[in-house]
Amino acid sequence: MRRAPLGPLLLVIPALFIGALLVWPLAAVAERALRPGGGVDLDASLVPVVWFTVWQAAASTVLTLAVGLPAAWLFARVSFRGRNVLWAAMVVPFVLPTVVVATAFTGLGAPRGTVWTVLVAHAFFNYAVVVRVVGVAWAGLGRGPAEAAAVLGANRLQVLREVTLPMLAPSVLAAASVVYLFCFTSFGVVLLLGGSRLRTIEVEVYERLRLLDLGTAATLALGQLALVGVLLVVAGRWSQRWSLTGDPSRSEARPVSGWGQRLGMVAVLTSMGVLLGLPLASLVWRSVRTGSGVGLQYWTSLGEQRGVLFASPLQALANSLVMASVATGLALVVGVLAVAGVVAIERRRGRTRVTASFDAVLMLPLGASAVTVGLGLLLAFSTPPLDLRGSVVMIPLAQALVALPFVVRIMLPAARAIDHRVRDAAAVLGASPLRVVLEVDAPMLARPMAVAAGFAFAVSMGEFGATLVLARPDLPTLPLTLARLLGQPGAVNRGQAMAVATLLMVVTAVVVLVADRGRVDGGRNVDA
Amino acid sequence: MKRIVMAGLVALALVAAACGTGGDGQQQSAPTSVRLITHDSFDLSPEVLAAFEQRTGITVELLAGGDAVSVVNQAILTAGNPVADVLFGIDNNQLAAAFDAGVFEPYTPADIGTLRPGVTDGTDGLVTPVDVGDVCVNYDREWFAERQLAPPQTLGDLVDPAYADLLVVQNPASSSPGLAFLLATVAAFGADGFEGYWEQLVDNGVEVTEGWEQAYYDGFSGGSGEGDRPLVVSYATSPPAEVFYAETYDPDALPEVGPTGVAVDTCYRQVEYAGILAGSSNLEAARQLVDFLISTEVQADLPLTMFVEPARADVELPAVFVAYAAEPGELWSLTPDEVAAGRDGWVSQWRRVVLG
Repeated sequence: MRRAPLGPLLLVIPALFIGALLVWPLAAVAERALRPGGGVDLDASLVPVVWFTVWQAAASTVLTLAVGLPAAWLFARVSFRGRNVLWAAMVVPFVLPTVVVATAFTGLGAPRGTVWTVLVAHAFFNYAVVVRVVGVAWAGLGRGPAEAAAVLGANRLQVLREVTLPMLAPSVLAAASVVYLFCFTSFGVVLLLGGSRLRTIEVEVYERLRLLDLGTAATLALGQLALVGVLLVVAGRWSQRWSLTGDPSRSEARPVSGWGQRLGMVAVLTSMGVLLGLPLASLVWRSVRTGSGVGLQYWTSLGEQRGVLFASPLQALANSLVMASVATGLALVVGVLAVAGVVAIERRRGRTRVTASFDAVLMLPLGASAVTVGLGLLLAFSTPPLDLRGSVVMIPLAQALVALPFVVRIMLPAARAIDHRVRDAAAVLGASPLRVVLEVDAPMLARPMAVAAGFAFAVSMGEFGATLVLARPDLPTLPLTLARLLGQPGAVNRGQAMAVATLLMVVTAVVVLVADRGRVDGGRNVDA
Repeated sequence: MKRIVMAGLVALALVAAACGTGGDGQQQSAPTSVRLITHDSFDLSPEVLAAFEQRTGITVELLAGGDAVSVVNQAILTAGNPVADVLFGIDNNQLAAAFDAGVFEPYTPADIGTLRPGVTDGTDGLVTPVDVGDVCVNYDREWFAERQLAPPQTLGDLVDPAYADLLVVQNPASSSPGLAFLLATVAAFGADGFEGYWEQLVDNGVEVTEGWEQAYYDGFSGGSGEGDRPLVVSYATSPPAEVFYAETYDPDALPEVGPTGVAVDTCYRQVEYAGILAGSSNLEAARQLVDFLISTEVQADLPLTMFVEPARADVELPAVFVAYAAEPGELWSLTPDEVAAGRDGWVSQWRRVVLG
């Protein structure tokens, strides 16, 4: 009996998922734009917008790598007190609505409307992507190669340049491409912190949509997507130059030793404290600072359904948890199928044009214009039996779409890194294909999967753009509740908004901590 | 190959099944439920809504679609195949575009005669005025008192060098109070004159933010604002909200003046309307819902939930509202047709002048 090739089968559901939730909605907007009466209004004023979009994303990525890579080293190589909590806490910025982050930055004296504020805010949001993605890969490298090089006479710099960095390259590239896309389509940060003069393509699309200039908006959104496609193909070509084999489930963190390490640790923790700690702490502080000193009155009222709100913040928290959990599950199922499919094809044929382009397609939700997709979902799902407008299922679906690229980017390098000799050996020794998956693949992918789940959850908890368009006021999520509180003047509303932001941070950190199973190293250590 | 096709079919079936379950939650056009789509600032006391549901047996399902501009845009794009039965929250600046697209089904409630004079202008029997929320420059009382400087009252005052670097406004391309303020300047200085006025505002150090939240909370120094500028574009009803949502609020011991005030000759009139969406399969319930929105229960509830003034002339306002809401002086306004014809051009002119 000939076994049918499994790879393409596995890709069917991910392809349908992206097709239905991304391609179809974009096509619906484009179709509306082509109807008579529309027009496309592109002029030279857009050139600086495109240029700014491209270079600010590059600069933001470089800055994020510069602060993130040393931290990835620290978390991979050094064990220290509080490491697990910090490892989970660093995803917190992801869930915070930009409005709140803008408040924190402005409160700390960051000047609005400068490029630096935008770049630093991007680094604030994306720090965890670099540290967690590269950190897991770095831990999985083991010390062997580096120590061997050192024995052979290489100095530290040479070891880093010749051994460690090339082996880390796939994960650095994976993290960098996520960060780049995140900043490329940056909307809230540029809109709120960039002042009105700094504009990305996405901001332009948003404003054109508000003016119902669908033709220009759709053209820009598709142009943005095309640019993203080119970037992904280039990144894909580049990443083929490296191949990494290792065990992503292993960890060789040791207690800090030597002055060099101590100094590095202090530098990393200080930069983390300034970049993440200060803005987050300023929000916590605002949630307990009242007119009459420090107090918990904004916290104790979180269970109440006050005038401005349709549901109490605690009820909204419950809604958020349910929706984000469903979205995380969806993103993991679709993501794992996609990764399994791509890797299965690659094992038979090597990297083909098909797998490379499918890999790029899986990243598109990060590169697509979120505001356009949100509108497209409403236009696309508008005829029975698929009239899902106003249905609660749209929210987790949209959240899962945004979370999918994170799952894929984290899982794919890890799945590719599994040494095929181990799988082959298991098969030769009589293990069935299913057993190979369960006994070889699953344990090795457990840690990357936990990291991916953490990101998917955080992204879903914080998703705001699509949720805003698809939301139901009687079933608000926590970020929507926060937005409502900030929509009215008054000290009580503002104070409670800060308490809600803090609640969002704490709950997310706790859930991610549990997803990581309380240890940076995951649940097992195969070197023991 | 066959297996691939099979798998595809199975996956399709799964998706269809998933969608089917979603559909169940929708209660599609059951005769006893009505869908109301509104912007994200919509609010009503739960007991008021519950009383309507109990009295009529109609369940109200609420939908939100972002701010007022996005909700109306969505209604225009889905005209004839609406998401909901009734839309609330369209304002006078958006009427003409929505009427042109055939968004609304004509309906005039029996109570229309109880509304304030003038609010039904331009509604063409298609939408019903529900509330009035004027956009005005607010000022920080303490800031001006400390400096013994009289707060500005008129649009002309804002370009006076005495008030240099004090004002925060919103980008009209992304914010509805920002657009209202731009329209106030167009109404005051004319389509040829407003650019010159904005040049002067820029010379006088006006700051622009994208949204109301940032202008008010991060830019403005008065009330709950934490910024350093004492003038901001907000609403005529923001001062009572500052008092009502203060930590020290006590209805029996109201302060003599609130922390913020209104520059009374800078206001632009915004009326919010409700209308039945054309293509609604639920007309009877939709009509009852519109009637309900201008009933005395809802109209009396609006001031302290949405901080707007009721459209009805015969409801009593809460004390905190009477005490602190400013009665605008000279009200600037444009007709829906003027706005529809001019808006996009004015916004691009504004961008050229202010953002360069």
